[in-house]
Amino acid sequence: MDLIVETFFNLDVLREMYPFLLDGLWMTLQLCIVIVPCGIVAGLCVAILFSFRFRPLSWLVIVYVDFFRSFPPLVLLIFIYYGLPFVGVDIPDFAAVVLALTLNTSSYYGEIFRAGIESIPRGQWEAARSTGLGFLQTMRYVIVPQAARNVAPDLTSNTLEVIKVTSLASVVAMPELLRLARVAQGLTYNPTPLIAAAAIYFVLLWPLVRLLSRMERRMIAGR
Amino acid sequence: MDQIVANFFDLEVMARYLPDILSGFVLTIYLAVAIVLFGLALGLALAVVRAFQIRPLNWLIVFFVDLFRALPPLVIMIIFYFALPYVGVELGGFVAAWLALGFVLAAFAEEIYWAGILSVDKGQWEAARSTGLPFFRTLRSVVLPQALRLTIPPLTNRTIAITKGTALASVVAVPEILSQATAAQAFAANTSPLTMGAIAYLILFAPLVTLSRWIETRFAWRR
Repeated sequence: MDLIVETFFNLDVLREMYPFLLDGLWMTLQLCIVIVPCGIVAGLCVAILFSFRFRPLSWLVIVYVDFFRSFPPLVLLIFIYYGLPFVGVDIPDFAAVVLALTLNTSSYYGEIFRAGIESIPRGQWEAARSTGLGFLQTMRYVIVPQAARNVAPDLTSNTLEVIKVTSLASVVAMPELLRLARVAQGLTYNPTPLIAAAAIYFVLLWPLVRLLSRMERRMIAGR
Repeated sequence: MDQIVANFFDLEVMARYLPDILSGFVLTIYLAVAIVLFGLALGLALAVVRAFQIRPLNWLIVFFVDLFRALPPLVIMIIFYFALPYVGVELGGFVAAWLALGFVLAAFAEEIYWAGILSVDKGQWEAARSTGLPFFRTLRSVVLPQALRLTIPPLTNRTIAITKGTALASVVAVPEILSQATAAQAFAANTSPLTMGAIAYLILFAPLVTLSRWIETRFAWRR
């Protein structure tokens, strides 16, 4: 028991290493703050392109979505991070991570918004268009607000996944929470920083998980 | 253009490292199958236990589910692989990856199975019990067959998403596709092996993603 406390919950190590964890947390938050909105906007664009119901365009959208859903995000990240410099495209690390994870997550958001838009009955379209609203106005004021409400649990669930997936940035040496916890573990020969990082993720995301459980249950109850 | 071909589609490099990628491909399939079997079975077992509504057990299950839904899979895998050896538990890369992703899948699967069980009308329970079926028989022969049908689409999506996490095993030294591809890339100083790895993932997951799209329309979760 003492061994476990001293190994995994060592307060001395924690006191020494918490600045690392705070720096890492800040970087993780920065990644989330950039990637989540980028992914949502890109996903919404994908879904709106699909809703034009112009065959070749819809096919293109489906290929885009399925293509990026087929790649593990880590593969995409490594491909972009190590591959682009080979063809002379030099972008900063932060931008490479944002690009890879946004491409990945935009396909999921796109698929969710597409399902949401399809769940709105055609009558809503016709009514809005017949009052003189243009296509984009109908989208903006009538369809998207209702669609987003219908797929709110899926949107929440995907946002949770995006936040978790930023931990992959540690693989390309991005100094986010997991990466700096690993560094701290290496410096102290003690895994307490890893457990602390896990605890931080849990405290951060647990409210979202609870919220999600309730939303999912309500959706089933309302069937 | 020539530069892109030389760096991403060098046929000679591809031919040289094809056997490595293939061995990674086989290992990825092994790992994925092991994760799916373990995760879905454990998830179902937990949902069945939860149906008995024993308070302390329920709390434990909810805690397990919330924990593994909130933590990034990479964090769990790294703790299993890098932190447990400090207390003498050496799992090895394959087992660490298998257990980490298996637990994550089990957590998500439990939520989905449980939602399915809750969605079966109360009258079904009462009718079955009043014909003299004991509790477990009711669950097995009446409720689960109806519940499981509803869980197929969300479960397929979740299973595919988590199976893609096998790429994370490259971080804990499992020689699967991604780790073979990055090693070959470093040896050859050429990105072509990564292209091959990406194609391997596409071959593996594109059919599954298409399948999930079909399943979604076939067994719609809502309505």
